[in-house]
Amino acid sequence: MIIDALKNGIVIDHITAGKGMEIYNLLKLDEIETQVAIIKNAQSRKMGKKDIIKIEGVCDINLAILGYVDPGSSVNIIREGKLSEKFHPELPEKLEGILKCKNPRCITSVEQELKHIFKLTDKESRTYRCLYCESKYK
Amino acid sequence: MRSLIDILDLTTEEIDGLIETAADIAANPAKYAEVCKGKKLATLFFEPSTRTRLSFEAAMYELGGNVLGFSEPGGSSTAKGESVSDTVRTVSCYADIIAMRHPKEGAPLVASMKASVPIINAGDGGHNHPTQTLTDLFTIMNEKGRFDNLTVGLCGDLKFGRTVHSLIGALSRYANVHFVLISPNELMLPEYMKSEVLEKKGLSYEETTDLEAVMPKLDILYMTRVQRERFFNEADYIRLKDSYILTTKKLENAKQDLTIMHPLPRVNEISVEVDDDPRACYFKQVLNGKYIRMALIMKLLGLKAEV
Repeated sequence: MIIDALKNGIVIDHITAGKGMEIYNLLKLDEIETQVAIIKNAQSRKMGKKDIIKIEGVCDINLAILGYVDPGSSVNIIREGKLSEKFHPELPEKLEGILKCKNPRCITSVEQELKHIFKLTDKESRTYRCLYCESKYK
Repeated sequence: MRSLIDILDLTTEEIDGLIETAADIAANPAKYAEVCKGKKLATLFFEPSTRTRLSFEAAMYELGGNVLGFSEPGGSSTAKGESVSDTVRTVSCYADIIAMRHPKEGAPLVASMKASVPIINAGDGGHNHPTQTLTDLFTIMNEKGRFDNLTVGLCGDLKFGRTVHSLIGALSRYANVHFVLISPNELMLPEYMKSEVLEKKGLSYEETTDLEAVMPKLDILYMTRVQRERFFNEADYIRLKDSYILTTKKLENAKQDLTIMHPLPRVNEISVEVDDDPRACYFKQVLNGKYIRMALIMKLLGLKAEV
């Protein structure tokens, strides 16, 4: 299968096979007007199988969530057909509207419009706690 | 604009400043009698708490201010389904500062994000109760004259006891504090408090179920009530509520300058015979609570006494 190389855009590579769609949804790529390709189960020497997402013409998407959902993935920023930047996403300091607090005593359980926000409290153990009640996300 | 949601929102220097002001208020109440003249405190108590509400109200009256509010959600628009956000936005139009208690954890933080006046967390479920911790710190300073080099026994419900968690957090910022955690196995300090606070900060602590065995080493004994409202299961509450009862007999081996504290209300965990012991400081704590709340209201409103 051939998918054209990007001139300008983002390639999210080394996505754990099966997570491509989840990342597509979390990054709200359905709202983007330009071309987006999801490649599922691509062959990978390192991983066996992997997913890849290619986004044409957009370089400034907030990719913070990647570090939480799939820390092994890599991001390549392409400008004028050349690789201008490559990095592994870091764990985001804050996750907004991604995780749901399950503590029945938390204000988020009754305050309907409130956005669920989690903050990173321990990088090593990848611990996120609810901003409001400080419960650990499990 | 500042709010107080968590005791750790305050630096140790700010806590020192509040304690200094509170001590001056206690010594010279007349100097502060009109500091809050023309100001209004709203006490929004979505969960009943006579003690804390009265303390805030007395504090504001003694500063020459006025008080409005409600003491249970039935008397508020919350009963009609209004959100915390909308309630505090509305009350911000009427009051200069808000003291709020709510059964849901994090509610005062939400309030502080929406209100246009300072919010004081007067207790949010089993989560935080920073003015109780300020009260405890003021009492410790009055009785011991220091926050460092202390052996602090915490006894009773260490699992759900928010006052205990906050006090550990606050004291963890001082040097050479040794915590003795005394509780039944079912009500031990939660694992995260040990791993994320005590161990992370390299603090020394020990756990035991035997109060009398550790009594001789304690400088402070902080007793807590097993709270019925924190249990989902009545049977568990009944089984554990009488785990520790402090009596004069149990105090026989205690230090002569031990400070016995309790956030109150007590049920039966401190026998009334202990009240006459000069080491019992829990009613002093109540008075200290009013003074430190006065100092806090002044700080958050940016007011100072005229000299």
